[in-house]
Amino acid sequence: MDYEKILSRTVQEIKPSGIRKFFDLLETRKNVISLTVGEPDFQTPWHIRAAGIQSLEKGKTHYTSNSGTMPLREAISGYLDRRFSTKYDPKSEIIVTVGGSEAIDIAMRALLDPGDEVIIPLPAFVCYPPIAALCGGVPVIINTKEENKFKLTAEELRAAITPRTKLLVLPYPNNPTGAIMTREDLEPIAEVLRGTDIMVLSDEIYAELTYGTEHTSIASLDGMHERVILASGFSKAYAMTGWRMGYLCAPAPLCRQMLKIHQYAIMCAPTTSQYAAVEAMVNGDADVKMMRDEYNRRRRFLVSGLNEMGIQCFEPEGAFYAYPNISGFGMTSEEFCERLLDEHGVAIVPGTAFGDCGEGFARISYAYSPEHIAKALERIKAFIESLK
Amino acid sequence: MNELLTLLENDSRLTSADIARMLDKETGDIKKMIEKYESDGVILGYKTIIDWDKTDKEYVSALIELKITPQQNHGYDHVAEMIYNYPEVESLYLMSGSFDLAVMIEGKTMREVAFFVAEKLATLEYVTETATHFVLRKYKDKGIVYGAVPTDDRGNIL
Repeated sequence: MDYEKILSRTVQEIKPSGIRKFFDLLETRKNVISLTVGEPDFQTPWHIRAAGIQSLEKGKTHYTSNSGTMPLREAISGYLDRRFSTKYDPKSEIIVTVGGSEAIDIAMRALLDPGDEVIIPLPAFVCYPPIAALCGGVPVIINTKEENKFKLTAEELRAAITPRTKLLVLPYPNNPTGAIMTREDLEPIAEVLRGTDIMVLSDEIYAELTYGTEHTSIASLDGMHERVILASGFSKAYAMTGWRMGYLCAPAPLCRQMLKIHQYAIMCAPTTSQYAAVEAMVNGDADVKMMRDEYNRRRRFLVSGLNEMGIQCFEPEGAFYAYPNISGFGMTSEEFCERLLDEHGVAIVPGTAFGDCGEGFARISYAYSPEHIAKALERIKAFIESLK
Repeated sequence: MNELLTLLENDSRLTSADIARMLDKETGDIKKMIEKYESDGVILGYKTIIDWDKTDKEYVSALIELKITPQQNHGYDHVAEMIYNYPEVESLYLMSGSFDLAVMIEGKTMREVAFFVAEKLATLEYVTETATHFVLRKYKDKGIVYGAVPTDDRGNIL
């Protein structure tokens, strides 16, 4: 059969993730020290796992309501208010999703008609342009700059807006750069958007992982609640990636539409995970702090290690990645990463995996033990010295 | 600075330079702080956690409960000293509850431990009662789970 004729043209036109090739290569190698992974190395804290187990023991094995259990939505509402001063009504403004990914997906599907433009600052996590394209949307890329600490600026945003602009994706704290947007950074962005019909999809999955400056949600700024869809989840903050627990907060008229997609495509998020998630939000503050403090030590350890060996690295203030500039070594990012893997057995991710503007950079994850990072740094140093 | 102590408690092999990087401090300052902790007796020593069950070493350990009549002027301190000076005693705690001292003992054989209790502990003046509990299996010690070798089974997902 000629599947190319059968398959959706839109789907076929989506490029497979460029990083797959590198990961395939990585899997053929032995004794590799990897710093590639984008999820916590911690296991989910035991009391959270125990809550999931207990729910199973009690026979909580049925569907929940489409938007998630009320106790969980109340917990999310209370948490967002307590941590970030963002106010969402658990009855009408919160949907529990299958990870932050589903939240992003249904938000775009609910907003986009064919031809609508979606402004996406890159480098960022890889999912936004393909999902926008699947909805018939047109990704409009803004390449953020190292000299701006990879923040989105109001000028860049203003220049990208056209009459067809429907949505701005705001992926901060950022994977892969570790950039954050403070209240001072967000205010000019909000000022550009106020009075327009442009919505913001604020992906705040790393909100708990900032170092030094507390995260600010753009939804908490004056006049922004009505134009923001907040997507977040439990994966990074509580080390719960495998539970697939995310959530979406938005004004009620939006939630009603997004809930239709969620209801028909997903039904409801996994019940066991929802029970565990309540425990995480109600009793997990100390775990989050413990992990944040540990990531912060590793962050300093990694970044100072890189700087000491002469690899220029802007100071990441969020997430768990460093994003060093490797353009001075006379190689493309891919060449640099492939040679580092081949010659010294260390795997890091070429910046180009996160957009063309990642050329000249690499992402190094510090979701690893300090011992592991120290070994990797030794090998990276040997590589850098071999290039001199 | 409890953060420094916690780091060392979890991994005493960390160098001053490593810790300085992690805490954003100068290596020399960290060295000085550690030396001060050592001389003040805050840091008492550095040890390694070994699962001896994975070696051919023959050993047995036991928890001994002791009931004591406290001595005038000394309380429990004197009798505690008489006990902890034995190298066989791994650890010694003064407890609340139905007994007074908890003694962790290690010996080569059960017989050796039993004799130690009978001859060295039970015979001490002021010890009125002993109860010996042999350890059958150690599951976790100093925060480390025995037998589990951690593996990283995370997939390559950006």
